[in-house]
Formats: sequence, C-alpha cells, structure tokens
Amino acid sequence: MWIDPSQAVARALVTHGHADHARSGHGTVWATPETLAIMALRYGTEMGTPVPYGDGFEANGVKISFHPAGHVLGSAQILLEHAGERVIVTGDYKRRHDPTCAAFEPVACDVLITEATFGLPVFNHPPIEDEIRKLLDTRNAHPDGCVVVGAYALGKAQRVIAELRRAGYDAPVFIHGAMQKMCDLYEAHGVSLGELIPATGLAKGELRGGIVVAPPSALNDRWARRLPEPVTAMASGWMRVRQRARQRNVELPLVISDHADWNELTGTLLELRPSETWITHGRTDALGRWCELHQLKARALDLVGREDEDEG
Amino acid sequence: MQAFAALVDALVYTRSRDAKIRLIADYLRATPDPDRGWALAALAGTLNIATVKASAIRAMAEERFDPLLFRMSRDYVGDTAETVALMWPDQQTAKAPPSVAEIIDLLNATSRARAPSVLAELMDRLDADGRYALLKLATGGMRVGISARLAKTAFAQGFGLSVDDVEEVWHALRPPYAELFAWGEGRAERPNLADSAFFRPFMLAHPLDDGVVDLSEFAAEWKWDGIRIQIAATGTETRLFSRGGDEVTAAFPEIAATFTGIGVVDGELLVRGDVQGGEAASFNALQQRLGRKTVTAAMQAEYPVFVRLYDILFDGAEDMRGLGWTQRRDRLERFAAGLDPARFDLSALIEARDFDHLAELRGAAREAAIEGVMLKRRDAPYLAGRKVGLWYKWKREPLVADCVMMYAQRGSGKRSSYYSDYTFGCWGEDGTLLPVGKAYSGFSDTELKWLDRFVRTNTVARFGPVREVEKTLVLEVAFDAVHESKRHKSGIAMRFPRISRLRRDKPAEEADKVATLKAMIG
Repeated sequence: MWIDPSQAVARALVTHGHADHARSGHGTVWATPETLAIMALRYGTEMGTPVPYGDGFEANGVKISFHPAGHVLGSAQILLEHAGERVIVTGDYKRRHDPTCAAFEPVACDVLITEATFGLPVFNHPPIEDEIRKLLDTRNAHPDGCVVVGAYALGKAQRVIAELRRAGYDAPVFIHGAMQKMCDLYEAHGVSLGELIPATGLAKGELRGGIVVAPPSALNDRWARRLPEPVTAMASGWMRVRQRARQRNVELPLVISDHADWNELTGTLLELRPSETWITHGRTDALGRWCELHQLKARALDLVGREDEDEG
Repeated sequence: MQAFAALVDALVYTRSRDAKIRLIADYLRATPDPDRGWALAALAGTLNIATVKASAIRAMAEERFDPLLFRMSRDYVGDTAETVALMWPDQQTAKAPPSVAEIIDLLNATSRARAPSVLAELMDRLDADGRYALLKLATGGMRVGISARLAKTAFAQGFGLSVDDVEEVWHALRPPYAELFAWGEGRAERPNLADSAFFRPFMLAHPLDDGVVDLSEFAAEWKWDGIRIQIAATGTETRLFSRGGDEVTAAFPEIAATFTGIGVVDGELLVRGDVQGGEAASFNALQQRLGRKTVTAAMQAEYPVFVRLYDILFDGAEDMRGLGWTQRRDRLERFAAGLDPARFDLSALIEARDFDHLAELRGAAREAAIEGVMLKRRDAPYLAGRKVGLWYKWKREPLVADCVMMYAQRGSGKRSSYYSDYTFGCWGEDGTLLPVGKAYSGFSDTELKWLDRFVRTNTVARFGPVREVEKTLVLEVAFDAVHESKRHKSGIAMRFPRISRLRRDKPAEEADKVATLKAMIG
C-alpha cells in the first residue's frame, strides 16, 4: 500500500487531487469522498473507497485514518497507527483560513512527515485580505481593461473567487473554460462561488472592467489575446520573490498560497512536537536546519517525481 | 516612505517604458520636497550614502539570522537586500514609518560602525515592501530597470520640460535637487551654471555589425581600449568624468593638474607602456589605476596615464556641439596644440583609400590598445547618447577558444533561478583542466535553459552556491584579448569573455590547451 505514489500501483492512499499526488491508473484508491470526486472528474471513473474525515479502516494491522489538511477541497493528512506508534503524513497543507475547504486539524503524532514547499524563511505569506484588496484596486484602476488572474484550476481558482465574494465583490467572475467543471464540483460540495461566466467566446467589450480567472499556462498563451488590455496577475506563494514574478511576466503578483509558509511550517512543528520529523518535497535543507537549531530530530526524505516550483 | 516603496514595487513589475515614465512622473509631482529629490537621485543613481555599504546589510543579517538559513535564502532569492527584507520579522511598533528624507538624514548623520543599528531601527518601522525599498535606497542600487536617462525623462515629462534641457543642467546640481524642482514648477529660473565645471553627456556609437559606410561621408579613427573620459575646465577648476558622468578627478590628479585649456573635451584615458615603446598599453595596465579614490606618486610613476583626444564640446565658453565633426576636429587640433604633449595627444585619423582598405587595416591591427575602428559622420553634430547613423564602432574580430565547463553558479536578479555563470578551463601541461575564465553572456534564452539543465543533471559536487560539473561540455568562448595574470593558476586572464557557441559535438579532450591561449597574448 502506497501514499501518493508517482506510478500506478495496486493499492494507493491519496491525500488530495493535485496531479503530482493523485495520478491515474491505480488499482484501488482510498481517499476522501471529495478527492475521489476530483479524481473521477479528471481521470474518468476510478475505483475508489471513500474515507470521510475522521473515519478509519485497517490494513495489514495498521489503522489508517484521514484528517483535514486545509490545502484544497478534500485534502487530507493521513494518520497511520500501529502498535501504539502514530505517523502523520501531512500531504500538502496550510493553516490559514480558506472558505473552500475544511481547516487543518492538528493531530498528535510520534513521526511527522511534513511537506516543505515554502520551507525558506523568506516565505511569509501576507494576509489574503491584503492581496484581494490589491486585486480589486487594480481592477478599479483599469475600467477599460481587465485583470486576468493566473490560478491553478483545482483549489487556487476557487479560493480566489470565494475570497473575492467574501470581500463583497458580487459582479460576475469570468473564468477560463478549463475551470468550469472544477468550479461546478466545488459548488456541488457546498462551496458557493457566485455568478461565473465562461470568458471563452465573449467579445472584448463584455470583459471590460472584469476579473478573469485562468490557469497560469493560459496567461502568456494565444488564449489571452481575446482579453481587453489585460493586467496580468498571478496568485501563488512564489510571487513573494520579485524576480520570480518578473520571470513569469507578471504585472500584479498576488502572494496567495495553498501551502504553509515558513511560520506555519515551523509553528506546526512546535505545536505538535513529534519525536521525529521527516521532511519531503520542497526546501528540506532549510527546514531541516531549523529543526537542528530547535533540537528537533529531523531528516530529509527525497521523493521522486516532485519538481519544486511546479505549484504554489 | 510608503509612496516610494509602492513606486519601487510598481516599477519592478512594469515593463513598458512609457508606463514607467508615467509612474515616476506622477510620484514626483505628488510628493513634496525633499523626499522626491532624494527619490529622483536614487532612481538616477546619484544618491550615495557613504555610511552604508553592502557589508552593513550583511552584518545586520548575520547578527539576526542563522548564517546557514540566511545563505540558503540568499541563494534562492538572488538578492541580499530582498532576502533581508523578506526574512525580517514584522514588528508591532508604535513609531510611524519614516519619510525618505528622515531616512537619508539619519543615515548621513551616523557613522559606518553605527549604520547597521540605525538601519535596523528603520527596518522595524516598515513592512516588507518598505524594508526592501529602504535597503535599496541605502545601498544605492535600485535595480528596478530604470536608467539615469529614463529618470530624467520622467522628471522632464512630469514638469513639461525637454529632457535635453534637463540633461544640460543635471550634472551641475546635487541631490535633493531643490533648484531643479523649483525650475520645473515655474517657481525659479533655470539654474545658473556659469563658472562650474560639470559633465555633459557623451556621444555614443552603434555597432556597425555587417554594415558598410562611404568614407567620403565618414571619418575613421582607431577605437582605443582605455576608459572614455571627459575633461571639463573653467580656468578655476578642472574635473574629469567617466562615461556614466561619475567624477574621477581624484584618481588621475596628474591629468587635471596638467590640463591648461579652458573648455570641455572628450577622449580616451590610456596608460603609456614601456614595452610598447611609449605607446598605449593594454587595458590590463590601466586596470591598475581604476577603482582608486586616491593614487600614490609611485602608482603615477609606474602606470603613467595620458589622454588621447577624440572631440571638443566647448572651446572656452563657446559651445562646439552644434558644429559638424569636420569643423570640430579642426578646432580640436588647434586646441590640442596648446596642451602638454606628454599628457595629451590627438587620436590620429586612419587614412584608407576605401572601405575595403579600411577593413584590411583593421584586420592587420594587433596593437594591444586597439579595440577596433570608430566611424564618425563628417557632418554630424555632437549629440548626447546613441543616435542612429552618426557614429559606428567596428570592433576587431574576437579571438575564440574551445574550453570545458568546470563550475556553474546561479545568476542574480532575473536569472536567479538559473545556473548562468560558468567557469571554464583549458588543458594544462600535465593534462589537467585549469580555469581560464568566467562568462555569463553570449547565449540565447533557449541555450540558457539547456545549460541550466546540463548543470543540474551533471553536478558532481556542491560548494555553497557553486556546482562543479562533469567535465564534458565544450564551450566556444569569444574574448577580446588575453593577458598574463598572476592571480590565476593558468597564468592568464581573458578580457571580456563570452560564450559564443555550445560545442555539444566536440569531445572535451579536444578542447584547447592553456599553451594555445598563452600564444595569443598580445
């Protein structure tokens, strides 16, 4: 039995629906009902056993249960219990408020296998309210153009839209065609996103003064030519570093991340105080160094099939 | 300070030149004196806070952060100031954010030793963007894609002036430019410049590339490989300026002391070499005199400098710049006749029958101090900057060698996620590779991506930010010259090396030998 295997296997536990964690072709999948729905949407019908948050089952004498990770809809930490020892695999997680998914639940454990995507002390994500305010200010300053926000189709896009609604923005949000089905799925799971209109096929005039949400790959693509004088925004934790934003031709960087930032990563370690920490993808070296400075036992776990900077 | 920080951030993300100009102009109009003057100086690169050096920022970081975590962060971000600004914890302080002027005053009033703690107190009063702007302001390197010219253009547009008029007075004024803003807002006359020796912008050349010119329209002279210099003398003071308008009088006191004319001339500063029979020596010799704030008598004797004159901008108080090159050359010859020939001579014209003949002369010239040929339109006035069709530089064909990549390092700024700085070597007598140079240009973006992947997949060792790679990739390196160097194990150093081709077809054993390069020393 594997957790988030990068190759097709007979029996897989999947933490969440992002492609580098949930790949297709496994024999049997255990995941939250939301994650299974996301996988079904992306890969067609999949064999799967839904495991709701808090529920568990036993396999090979190990008790396995799923707990909210706060990353995207359905994202889970996986707790493995055997002979009194508890191991948590966080998957990807964050501690900030997110109206589109269940909040991270700290689970006491002996071994913590944590992600470290933003495991450098330069990553301190600002409050999302500030970033949404920047987005709205820019939109208001460009009544004849539009703001196009690059956001990953699963999670980030819905979170940006939901936060816009929370900030009182009730105009329709224009979305790239590739996002429609995922937004529908979120709606079906009770995440209300307000009025969404596909941007594809609209005349430039209809998009003026609007906010368009599209996958990052569409920003510098032919697709973006249909937009009226777009200001290019990008919602990602990597936007914290100026030259990274410039490399992607971003004019309005929005530091919005679905991953824990440095303070969340280190804060979680201090809160849980596991007797051992294994650090997976991301900056294993820096978080490992921090553990050393704080006398927490830690080691790096190199995983294959995980490129850094592929999501954020 | 928040307004300035917002401007700096907006400039980082704005690509269009016009949009940058609008941002700066809006800021300059909306901001009171003296904040806007300091900001303008920071953007134009004329702000120099003597108490703060880059080392002050490192010192501040080392005191607060774990050195290992800081180094990892710095390697990732690619910029020390930004790294510190991002790592610095937000403070809950009652003190209001400082104004630009308050920052400048505090830093100017402190000592170099106290500067890190003064900076730290200011950091505590700012948010991440403010801290970034503060550190950039304090160290003077803004890196927001703004040239001095663009900053002046923005000022000119903001206040409805011509940028050439602004340029003309700019170098006579000092930050925070109160007179400039008073003039811009119509509260005062144009600043009076009589009796001050100040910098006038240089006229610059385009590369000729594969073009051909008619020698009846263009005059040809050698392009000397020294540093371009302007001498401005009023009779009461004489000042020397480098190409960017920085004053370098103190580094070359013998030039200022022996210049007896009144006016402004343009020329090349060179070192006289004994081995060259009193002719100009290579740039390598001149390098011994560069970057020094003051210079000893021994240095003056060992590396005697002189100026080879190209042009004249003012003869006495008379502005020559509107005249054609032929007339100016005539005035220059008369002007130079009155100067000490040991310190000042004329850049000779090249007598060529036609363009083909000139190409032949250029090909044959292997003198160390000759970089190529300059072509100047005979009827062209002396205009600031690089104007199309008037002056061309036609550099000598570069030398090339096949070298093997040995080490790679991440670049800075835009390139901070790429391994873009390469150290390469040639084969020594004993069959080992010896480093002969370092290059970080000459390749396309596509080639850079390929090189970056090569480095990542062929790393054999890591030393901090440096990766040692498998010695398998041959790089064809172009360079302008080779000279002896005691600092390098190979005994040589290249002038202006750049990657000219990736020789993925060539086995590393067939790369050049150090001895081949030594034979090119000229």
